[in-house]
Amino acid sequence: MQPRLLPLAALAAATALALTGCVPNASAPGATHAALTVDSSATACTVSASTASAGNVTFTVSNSGDQVTEFYLLGDDQLHIVGEAENIGPGLSRTLVVDLNAGSYFTACKPGMTGAGIGQAPFTVTPSSAADAATNAPGDADLAARVETANANYASYVKDQIGQLVTGTAAFAAAYTAGDDDTARTLYAATRAHWERVETVAESFGDLDPKLDLREADLEEGQDWTGWHAIEKDLWPADAEAGFAAYPAAERARLAGLLVADTATLNEKVQPLSFTLAQQTNGAIGLLDEVATGKVTGEEEVWSHTDLWDFQANVDGARVLYAGVRDVLVQKDADLAATLDTRFAALQALLDAQRVGDGFVLYTDLSTGTVKGLADQVNALAEPLGRLTAALVL
Amino acid sequence: MQGGDSRERKSGPFPGAEGAETPLSREDGEERKDRADAGANASGTASVVGAAAEGPRGTSRRGISRRGLFGLAGAGVAGLGIGIAADRGVQAVAAAGAPAAGSTVYPFYQEHQAGIVTPAQDRLHFAAFDLAPGATRADLISLLQDWTAAAAALTAGRDIGSYGAVGGPYDAPPEDTGEAFGLPPAGLTITVGFGPTLFETSAGLDRFGLASARPDALVDLPHFPGDQLEAARGGGDLCIQACADDPQVAVHAIRNLSRIAFGRAAIRWSQLGFGRTSSTSTSQATPRNLFGFKDGTANVKAEQPAVVDEHVWVGAGDGPAWLTGGSYLVARRIRMTIETWDRTALREQETVFGRTKGEGAPLSGGTEFTEPDFASTGNTGAPLIAATSHVRLAHPAQNNGVQLLRRGYNFVDGNDDLGRLEAGLFFISYQRRPSQFTTVQLALARHDAMNEYVRHVGSALFAVPPGAARGSYLGAALFA
Repeated sequence: MQPRLLPLAALAAATALALTGCVPNASAPGATHAALTVDSSATACTVSASTASAGNVTFTVSNSGDQVTEFYLLGDDQLHIVGEAENIGPGLSRTLVVDLNAGSYFTACKPGMTGAGIGQAPFTVTPSSAADAATNAPGDADLAARVETANANYASYVKDQIGQLVTGTAAFAAAYTAGDDDTARTLYAATRAHWERVETVAESFGDLDPKLDLREADLEEGQDWTGWHAIEKDLWPADAEAGFAAYPAAERARLAGLLVADTATLNEKVQPLSFTLAQQTNGAIGLLDEVATGKVTGEEEVWSHTDLWDFQANVDGARVLYAGVRDVLVQKDADLAATLDTRFAALQALLDAQRVGDGFVLYTDLSTGTVKGLADQVNALAEPLGRLTAALVL
Repeated sequence: MQGGDSRERKSGPFPGAEGAETPLSREDGEERKDRADAGANASGTASVVGAAAEGPRGTSRRGISRRGLFGLAGAGVAGLGIGIAADRGVQAVAAAGAPAAGSTVYPFYQEHQAGIVTPAQDRLHFAAFDLAPGATRADLISLLQDWTAAAAALTAGRDIGSYGAVGGPYDAPPEDTGEAFGLPPAGLTITVGFGPTLFETSAGLDRFGLASARPDALVDLPHFPGDQLEAARGGGDLCIQACADDPQVAVHAIRNLSRIAFGRAAIRWSQLGFGRTSSTSTSQATPRNLFGFKDGTANVKAEQPAVVDEHVWVGAGDGPAWLTGGSYLVARRIRMTIETWDRTALREQETVFGRTKGEGAPLSGGTEFTEPDFASTGNTGAPLIAATSHVRLAHPAQNNGVQLLRRGYNFVDGNDDLGRLEAGLFFISYQRRPSQFTTVQLALARHDAMNEYVRHVGSALFAVPPGAARGSYLGAALFA
């Protein structure tokens, strides 16, 4: 999987712009939706109209100049950014959809992406009945504070999970090195759960992910296979190819040592992370994608068949991310929040039905009908979850 | 493959209100107005998925035409006119003498659902769905409403949703999956049906409060001699038949409709068909099945309104009122052992069918559309059309006058473990009563010489409600 949740580099903008000038989602049937065009040339920033009705407004920005351009919708102070479409290459067009309250705004383009921008012009949003009826949201400042809290909470959660991963990995590695296979097998899935809960963050470090979590099928010719799944095969050799030999003690020690060291590096790397709203919501979506492509198909744990442990951990992580932004979502799109509540619960009920003791039924013991039921419910959750980012950031 | 020769084959102008839709153009062309145009006027708005999205004509919010978008994206802002020109209605283009390929549009909102007497398109994607565990009556209704709105957009050549494939928020997944972007409507029809289990599960559970509305005839088809049915290839609470002249357009429809259904219903089984095996209009040439024979020569044709009324549409008083104007859909996945067939002498092949392979004429003589003469005998006194021939057994004269409207498709789904082509006929028929099919199929299953070369592996029956009125949705009368 390509990581969808990137560590924060310079992406504060998405959150800042998200919470200004917005009204609750008005995309219900009957809502209007104005479509405007913007031509960003080398010398002008021509918007097809200077007014629109409150509600969702679409700007289709075409770059007819020869430099990469940006389009901005600014607040009435001509400073704060209400919406932007960035990195539009020459000859390309991109759509910006913003949900606007009545008020005064400004439009501007920035060919070359630096400097003051050109063609700044007033843009007026007039009241519309649909949008007015929905204007009962708390103030922007309140929303901003909630988002800030969610960001901080999620950063803490990631650090906590990786911290537990460090501890669990040490115990697992010790048992494995000592030849205590029963203990190692017991610790395997439970420890990996900490990785899987924050998988989209953990795997965003391009060099660490393959060292820690590469499956045999992912190997390139001649590549050194390390990490959890290399050890998994040694612990559960029943399905291994004919002639597969158990790793000698020295190889066990090497793999265990690397696992511990790479996990320690991961722990260092997550300490300074912080997250934007879009990174959190896309992280939740990414975790469900992980479930849909790897876990519900039984491809993640081909030797131990402990896929449902990973499945549960991915869902745990997605639920934490969702819970962090749920208050904000309820204000912006209560229907979507209700749907997500229901579907998280339905998926959890299906998983709970497969619990055995502290763990789960092995993937290979699931009936085709049960797997289909899980896959259907993953789709049922992932489809509305895909709308979360737009619902919050729009 | 059921024969069912019709006794009358009149051609002539078809009364448009009654049967086969004639391709509509001007009217829908107006609605499929180019988005580039909307953008240029700075006043265009797009429709929202939902029954309310279709406004009154002239004031309707315009959906996104795939071709219009294509024009805009391909040509840039400077090329606004191109998209508009490319998106002209069929009539306008036809008048210029150069009909655009695939530009046929069949109206969605009408008395009967499209895709039945509509001239059979070249391609099929058929899918059967089961409602999700725990789905409610409200879920079912909302699904049918969403499917109706989406089907109206898709059949008109528009994208799904307010923003379509590429016009939406950059941080959200596109509403439309996009593989039909730039493609014309391609004569797409979407036909929705209700399976027996929607009304009552095999365990007797009435999940949606519909058991009392179930037509008596909507029960699983009986076991026919020789049936080798696979559970995974049959049944279903709901079905969608998507037919188009472009396979990508048909697949796009099923893909997006199943995406809309996630959480409320999921695909149980599906089938692609690559070539029509029936003609449902006298305007069409008779196609061939994978045995190499013309199929559907004597099909019920849209141009025979009286025959269609008698044999295809459920009449008032036939059963529950909600199904009046609808039909019953039988689907059978018929595997052909074509490798064996291909080693069969031409004499045997023609004897099995009772028709010539080249022309498709009955072995009693004449040309393709000559009525078979079952009494005609050869020099040994044996009938020219054998007693076990397909054309004889399936003929209405042998089945108390029963006729079916067949609308099947050839399929080849790769190969089986033995390296044989997984090929056959995905048989679809529409009829006023399921017993019409049962009558013909019983005769065939018992005696048809063709049975040596075919195996029925999938079976399903659906009640197809009448068409939806504008502002309403498919099957609305069932929930009234």
